[in-house]
Amino acid sequence: MTTRRGIYLLGVVVLCAWVLVPIWLIAANALGGQALIAAWPKPLVPTQMSLDTLRVFLAIEGVGRALWISFEVAVLCMVFSVALGLPAGYALARYSFRGANVFRVMILLTRAFPVGILALPLTVGFIRLGLYDTALGVALMHTALALPFAVLVSASLFQAIPRELEEAAWVFGCTRLSAAWRVVLPLAAPGVVATAIFAFVISWNEVFAASVLSARNRTLTAYLLAVLADSPLTYQFAGGLLLIVPSVGFIFLVRRHLFAMWGIASR
Amino acid sequence: MAGIVIDGISKAFGNTVALAALDLAVADREFVALLGPSGCGKTTLLRIIAGLETATTGRVLIGGRDVTNLPPRARGLAMVFQNYAVFPHLRVCDNIAFGLKMARAERTRIDRQVARTAELLQLAPYLDRYPAQLSGGQRQRVAVARALAVEPALLLMDEPLSNLDALLRLDMRAELKDVLREAGTTTIYVTHDQTEAMALADRIAVLHGGRIEQIGSPSAIYHSPATRFVGSFVGSPPMNFLRADAGRLMGIRPEDIDLVDAGAGLPFRVSVVEPLGAQTLLTGTTDGQVVRVALPGEHVIAAGATLFLRPRPDRIRWMDAATGNALAQAAG
Repeated sequence: MTTRRGIYLLGVVVLCAWVLVPIWLIAANALGGQALIAAWPKPLVPTQMSLDTLRVFLAIEGVGRALWISFEVAVLCMVFSVALGLPAGYALARYSFRGANVFRVMILLTRAFPVGILALPLTVGFIRLGLYDTALGVALMHTALALPFAVLVSASLFQAIPRELEEAAWVFGCTRLSAAWRVVLPLAAPGVVATAIFAFVISWNEVFAASVLSARNRTLTAYLLAVLADSPLTYQFAGGLLLIVPSVGFIFLVRRHLFAMWGIASR
Repeated sequence: MAGIVIDGISKAFGNTVALAALDLAVADREFVALLGPSGCGKTTLLRIIAGLETATTGRVLIGGRDVTNLPPRARGLAMVFQNYAVFPHLRVCDNIAFGLKMARAERTRIDRQVARTAELLQLAPYLDRYPAQLSGGQRQRVAVARALAVEPALLLMDEPLSNLDALLRLDMRAELKDVLREAGTTTIYVTHDQTEAMALADRIAVLHGGRIEQIGSPSAIYHSPATRFVGSFVGSPPMNFLRADAGRLMGIRPEDIDLVDAGAGLPFRVSVVEPLGAQTLLTGTTDGQVVRVALPGEHVIAAGATLFLRPRPDRIRWMDAATGNALAQAAG
């Protein structure tokens, strides 16, 4: 038992380190000033913590605007993913229709298709449609990336809600729509919020499509990639930290509900 | 309050026939139990009446109105589900009020009905709780209260007691009978438990293979089974069927067999003795056929003993061995 426990603890430590060390490095380099970046080994807690770098970074021309665009795109992506993903997930969970399984696999396959190959035709298409370099255009692309998760997570959410509850609602006076609104949605609400936030995070973190599909109206990730490539390291770290913090925070908030994605019942 | 007419309802799932052109009439304020083994079509029939399943052919009339093509909400009925289906995100009072709220009933009526049904089902102290904070029996009561609160023309119950443990089931059964008698609602009750059907129903419809084998009072079903299936499904232990002359079967209930003096009756070799307190159950063979005998009270009988049996002539039910149907009851 003790060796098994030891291996288990070791696994926990390795996994934690896997996630935490890079975050710590970025945070330390962003907050610790120029001297710390060069220093090695780095002190566990930086001696001179300061928000100066972050403050200077935020004052850089365009960062505030890119931050706002990132937010705009992520919110749009979140709305689209939920609006399209919930009905699709409901259909998968409640109805058996021809090609349901194929549909499931196809949804996942969209993620297997490399965005790189799509980049040029998409750009051309977006220019024609007038979507190029707009928040809406990038949000649509991000929705395509986030939608598979939204569909599959909400399908397993709805599957976990007993059909009898819906039938009871129908018997006691609900239409199909009002039963979904009054009974299914309240029960699925925590999971739906998790799905929405996950879509937000996917969009927030995405850099490739955002870089390809925009020129002047860039999201923060695309902007950092383009503008900060030649900036001093400390500012690059500050940008990285600014990107990580919201996604880590959000994922932390919804961590339990993301298990639904693997079909593990969560409460 | 309303009578129900099931007119030639059939249901096929692909090539499987679940219900075969079934007719059934339930009178106003009557309690009818649909009794049968799993897969006999009883739940399918109930769901067709509720509008949760569509029939392949036939009509359902509630209070003279054809509801065949109406959605569940427009049929004026209420239902108690096997797993209760109490809404977990609503408090007990909101669960009970759900149907009335959906029907946009007046506030005063909702309050009155919630108070009345909560009183009836002893839920008054729990009105502000959520279902997760209740026991299984209490949740069951909430489901019944929710159904009665809408004062339905017809109450459908789908094995409502099957998820309760044995003791609680007995309590709830008596309680349910009392509550439903008071409410006087026409009720269709699905169960696979014959004692439940016998205890609750005015009439029992025994279903088998998508057909009604027999419909009648509990006493008629028990004492005069129309088919061999009914005799062997209703009653515990089931009716004995012994091969007799001319392709006939003699059906006799285990408790309708008397012990007689040696040589006066059928020789019976006892293989198992089960003293149950109120009766003693004997299993053995007569003429190579297995027979079960239920004797009132306690008897000291050793396994391996040979006894002599005589079925009470007025309780014998003759059956056609080939078809399994009861024959015209001539004297045996």
